[in-house]
Amino acid sequence: MAESILRLENVSKTFNRGSVNEKVALCGLSLTVEDGDFVTVIGGNGAGKSTLMNAICGTFPVDEGKIILGGHDVTRLPEYRRAKYLGRVFQDPMMGTSPNMEIQENLALAYRRGKVRSLMPGIRRSEKAFYREQLARLGLGLEDRMTAKVGLLSGGQRQSLTLLMATLKKPDLLLLDEHTAALDPKTAAKVLSFTEEIAAENALTTIMITHNMSDAIRCGNRLIMMSEGRVVYDVRGEEKRSLTVEDLLEKFREAGGEVSDKMLLN
Amino acid sequence: MFFDALPGAISLGLIWGVMAIGVFITYKVLDFADLTVDGSICTGGAVCAVMMAAGINAWVAVLVAVIAGALAGFVTGIFHTLLGIPAILSGILTQLILWSVNLKIMGQANTVVDTRNSYVIVTQLQAGWAILIMFGFLVVIVGGLYWFFGTEAGCGIRATGNNPNMSRAQGINVNLNKIIGLVISNALVALAGALLAQYQGFADINMGRGAIVIGLAAVIIGEAIVTRISRNFAVQLAGVVLGGIIYYIVYQFVIWLEIDTEYLKMLSAIVVAVFLAVPYWKKKYFYRFAGKKKRAEAKPLEGGESNG
Repeated sequence: MAESILRLENVSKTFNRGSVNEKVALCGLSLTVEDGDFVTVIGGNGAGKSTLMNAICGTFPVDEGKIILGGHDVTRLPEYRRAKYLGRVFQDPMMGTSPNMEIQENLALAYRRGKVRSLMPGIRRSEKAFYREQLARLGLGLEDRMTAKVGLLSGGQRQSLTLLMATLKKPDLLLLDEHTAALDPKTAAKVLSFTEEIAAENALTTIMITHNMSDAIRCGNRLIMMSEGRVVYDVRGEEKRSLTVEDLLEKFREAGGEVSDKMLLN
Repeated sequence: MFFDALPGAISLGLIWGVMAIGVFITYKVLDFADLTVDGSICTGGAVCAVMMAAGINAWVAVLVAVIAGALAGFVTGIFHTLLGIPAILSGILTQLILWSVNLKIMGQANTVVDTRNSYVIVTQLQAGWAILIMFGFLVVIVGGLYWFFGTEAGCGIRATGNNPNMSRAQGINVNLNKIIGLVISNALVALAGALLAQYQGFADINMGRGAIVIGLAAVIIGEAIVTRISRNFAVQLAGVVLGGIIYYIVYQFVIWLEIDTEYLKMLSAIVVAVFLAVPYWKKKYFYRFAGKKKRAEAKPLEGGESNG
């Protein structure tokens, strides 16, 4: 039996409690993710997908429940101290990299994720060959521009770099929050295939939020659907592979979810 | 004569260059507009002057002044990170605290440093020497900072200022880094204050008024000059010092022209405002231009997508 990497126990989060804007984002959610799982997460706007990600990352404290990452209770740990377990790629390509720093400096920062930052050199000569080799895998020619500032790169290039940074030091859990949604279709497909490649190669446990139903069915070994802060549908293996987009839409309506245009367009 | 005043202007520019490097660290590296400096430069001067008046060695006095400045930065950092007060307001609060503290340190509105009968590190009586000594100080400071911001810890601070979201995701303690940056910055500012007190022979409760504007002016002038040459961090820092020197040469020039010096702070502020506005307007203009172009290019693509 595989070990569980992530265990959420009865996690709740309400924003703006007690005001007219009160929003229950997570409602007693429990979820266990096994070692090596690649879970795709779908759900409408306001279903709580991003809140789930942010709760795991520690962007805000949760109201109730427990979050256990790699066997450690991280419920009360601040965001930066959970980072050693997590690799993250955000929806906004601008969010995952440092624009005024060089490509290699960004990689060096990521390579030291979860490590105490000492007065040793921020980047060693010996690391550079490794970064060059890793960058070459992206097929974007970035390996020849290692000293270029990241701010000069396009959204797709930055997102690919962020993905590489998230996995440079193998994370216990890789979190992808609609990381291809802001990219043009061609770039999105490229970034997604690199995601699958790198996840498979390192046997990374991954949670990927997506709006794209066919991607959600095609990628990974498990699919969960969220609605109103709960997991309403959880499917894996053979059953998942045989799903169709129509099945999912049907499930979605059953759960009382609102099907957004964005989901249908995909 | 204007040229007779030049060595004085250059040595003053070098002293303010140290201060401007402090401003560079908060304003440019940390992206934190820190107004503590108006108070901490005076704290540095006050501590140094009072200790020297009590007969303590000039170097020891400078060292204690630097520690006092570091403490001021620490207080601003705590206001901002632990108490969640916005950056600018945190600085203003510390600045106000320092006003009282500085008066208490000196016991009056100013303190004289006896530059004729005691050892001082720099003095306007020997502006030529002062230039040399300040040059030595700056080589050490620029070298030290260049090394530090290249270390793992220093890179973490740069990332913190550049993209706090990314920094947290990479396990960087953003709050701690902000505090460290503020401490280093205000330590340097207090160092400049201590040297300034020795140089001019007194510390005054008003010596820091508008210091942030002079610091920003030096940073902006320096950036305008060296950005085209190199983006290297040490070169950027050297540019800031150059900015300080240019500022004081212009200052001397204005005095030489016999323009009413009471207008100087106003002029500095206007110059800084203009320099801050230029990149904004440039961006705005280019943005609109690029926006139109992009929209025009995007049209056929949108059509293609709806077919697919």
